[in-house]
Amino acid sequence: MPFDIYNFTSFTQWIDSSLHNAMSPFWTALTEMVIIGVLVLMFYAVVGLFLVYAERKVCAFMQNRLGPNRVGPFGIFQTIADLVKLLFVELIPIKNADGFLFNLAPFIVIIAGFMAIAAIPFANGLHAIDMNIGVLYVIAVSSMGVIGVLLAGWSSNNKYSLIGAMRSGAQIISYELSVGLALITIVILAGSMQLSVIVEAQRDGWFIFKGHIPAFIAFIIFLISSTAETNRGPFDLAEAESELTAGYHTEYSGIKFAFFFLAEYMNMFIVASIAATIFLGGWMPFHVGPWVGFNHIMDFIPPFVWYIGKTFFVIFLMMWFKWTFPRLRIDQLLTLEWKYLLPINLVNVLIMAFLVLMGWHF
Amino acid sequence: MEEKVKNITTEEQQEYVINMGPQHPSTHGVLRLVVSLKGETVKSVQPHIGYIHRGIEKMCESITYPQVIHLTDRMDYLSAHINNEAVCLAVEKALEVEISDRIKVIRTLMSELTRIQSHQLWWASFGMDLGGLTCFFYGLRDREKILDIFEETCGSRMIVSYNCPGGVMYDLHPDFAKKVKEFIRYFRKILPEYNQLLTGNVIFHERSKGIGNLSLEDAISFGITGPSGRASGFSCDVRKHEPYSAYDRVTFKEILYTQGDTYHRYVARIEEMWESMNIIEQLIDNIPEGPFAVKMKPVIKLPEGEYYQRVETARGELGVYVISDGNKNPYRVKFRSPNFVNLSVLNHIAKGFKIADLVAIGGSLDLVIPDIDR
Amino acid sequence: MRSIIEYLKEIVFGVWSLMQGMKVTGSYFFRPSTIVTQKYPDNRKELVMYERFKGEVVMPHNEKNEHKCTGCGICELNCPNGTIEIISKTIVTEDGKKKKAIDKHIYRLGMCTFCALCVKTCPSNALAFSQGFEHAVFNRALLIKTLNKPGSQLMKGVE
Repeated sequence: MPFDIYNFTSFTQWIDSSLHNAMSPFWTALTEMVIIGVLVLMFYAVVGLFLVYAERKVCAFMQNRLGPNRVGPFGIFQTIADLVKLLFVELIPIKNADGFLFNLAPFIVIIAGFMAIAAIPFANGLHAIDMNIGVLYVIAVSSMGVIGVLLAGWSSNNKYSLIGAMRSGAQIISYELSVGLALITIVILAGSMQLSVIVEAQRDGWFIFKGHIPAFIAFIIFLISSTAETNRGPFDLAEAESELTAGYHTEYSGIKFAFFFLAEYMNMFIVASIAATIFLGGWMPFHVGPWVGFNHIMDFIPPFVWYIGKTFFVIFLMMWFKWTFPRLRIDQLLTLEWKYLLPINLVNVLIMAFLVLMGWHF
Repeated sequence: MEEKVKNITTEEQQEYVINMGPQHPSTHGVLRLVVSLKGETVKSVQPHIGYIHRGIEKMCESITYPQVIHLTDRMDYLSAHINNEAVCLAVEKALEVEISDRIKVIRTLMSELTRIQSHQLWWASFGMDLGGLTCFFYGLRDREKILDIFEETCGSRMIVSYNCPGGVMYDLHPDFAKKVKEFIRYFRKILPEYNQLLTGNVIFHERSKGIGNLSLEDAISFGITGPSGRASGFSCDVRKHEPYSAYDRVTFKEILYTQGDTYHRYVARIEEMWESMNIIEQLIDNIPEGPFAVKMKPVIKLPEGEYYQRVETARGELGVYVISDGNKNPYRVKFRSPNFVNLSVLNHIAKGFKIADLVAIGGSLDLVIPDIDR
Repeated sequence: MRSIIEYLKEIVFGVWSLMQGMKVTGSYFFRPSTIVTQKYPDNRKELVMYERFKGEVVMPHNEKNEHKCTGCGICELNCPNGTIEIISKTIVTEDGKKKKAIDKHIYRLGMCTFCALCVKTCPSNALAFSQGFEHAVFNRALLIKTLNKPGSQLMKGVE
């Protein structure tokens, strides 16, 4: 296989075995955890900061503006400057707020995102854990963030925050369903919940092409419902600044606000990377059946680049949504889910199961 | 104490009162709305005004007539020129000054440009109220072109102070006609884009259709004028019914709808922009020659009496009521401002809708807060 | 059956209308030439204001440090906000006559509303608007300006 030159399996195994030789199994496990934790934390920070910058640039270009252009060339250090500013901003204590929950909320939000990264395969053999229920794990973990949002809204002792939190709860509980069903469609096609197997199954064609129309519909539904799940426009009802000033994080300042802010972008990155992994072939290069030369050229692009490229494509789509559409109202949001997305999704799953049963996919 | 608790019904206990404003992103100024909610549904809206009360009517009593004009700019700052015009027309009416055709045409052109830029800003902020932030930038981008035209001729962009009793302050800039034509050509191309982005959007339809219905009877009894009133079928265009300046020599359509919901208040304004462009196109090619201002006495004294002049601003009917006791200062000036009246209907039409709809309804009434408080 | 067709039609129309909006924003995204904002402090040199722009009131002086202000006080009378204050003095002219002249023409920029009544009504055209628009200062006292330059005199021929 030509792209085995980019296979990280032997590299990670070599690290593992050399650590085993050096110390006891307990310390090996601990060291590996620390290494992975530090790497993921760095990745988290870099991606979060970059996405904030990217979003500002993308929306600026859509709005005929230049966007940040003061700090560094093309303003690339703008978000770092903002972060430094946020670090120095006073943490305003809120009267009558539930202090413990108030401080806990941003951590829950950020940890939920943090945990989901563990299961995502960045390249061949480059993932923290390869669980056989990877899809389930990702769905379960990423929906934990809403607890943080609810806690933030409840403990802030602010009426706007409370409305925002309640909206967010209703929204995520319903859209969780669509996300799950859209992924189930692909799980039926792949026959596995293990993310590495799902990626491997897309070696000769991404699922969005392989699965005919049902896969495409599932992709669209996943895109819509995951946008809703990350509380981004046009589904940003939880923070809806024209109605609720800033929704659930109205009362947060300084680094705690930065946590919410980073978590929003990180959640976006995670759902985008799930979409890329499950529908667009993860780190798999783009292959067109009989064109051997073309396929060969595609193989020379490293898998990590493929993965990042696909993820950013999905993120760009989500940004495009946000900066184009007006916001929905809460009842319309639920109507969209229960009257449109869910029935379509159920029919879609049925069709997909039928296709797989008959062996009519590629 | 016991009794007091008993008197509160469960209904009242369940009310969730939130305080929108005076600092809130969607009240567009220092307006305070005390909103009682049940869940997300609005039970009542109580506007509290006066945060930007500057006493303009009282101030007018101590200054001369030419000086009054610069204060009217600061009432409804988005239709500054039309406010100026109202005062000038009232003064001219009192003095029975015959103003030349050129002045009339210049004033009409400027008024219509003002109307377009006001509606552009309204469109921009209405889009933002509904959460479509990109609208805001497109609206302001195109408004900038009109402001540039203003700046070239009047010297300032928004608070123009361009009128004076008996005419206008300066003659039109030589490039004026060229630039206005250029703008009309540009904006005729851009306006369909507005429709693509927002008007045709299915989310926007859902958000605005059937929201905040105002019946014709209510519109008349509340005195809702301007595009908000015309969306309910209230034919109240002063330009049509009581033409002033050069409005009697142009043909234009009065935009009337009967539904009176947020969507039709929106469409009425979009259509008004097209009509304003038609009016400008009819006038721009043949601006009559003549002086740009009639020579007035250095100290203007109005003959004793009461004078009333109404004009159509971008938000409705502005009435200027001047009582003169023959001095150089007016004895009393009263402005019938459209926004103050339009605000009064908010509780009536927002009741029973969601809090997000309240924002949309407030946006569709197009309130300018300094005009409410004066 | 009809309701299902209606339902599907609704979805297709909805998606189509959303795509229309995305077309607008997307087309601007891929055309950076349509960007209208300016890099303001960097482009100070190219920034030309319109000739009639009402920046702030100034009193033009010629190269001999002469201005046209006779100190008549009409601008002070016409100003609606008390922005202008004129302090006059009596001077003795060459032919021995006593004459009123301007000592200080005080202009409070912080109070000015740029209504242009002073410039418009000045009988000797002594006042004008400058093009400057960067009025921000760190000290409020700096907004009170004296328009006539020190040692300046009335231009000959202006009464």
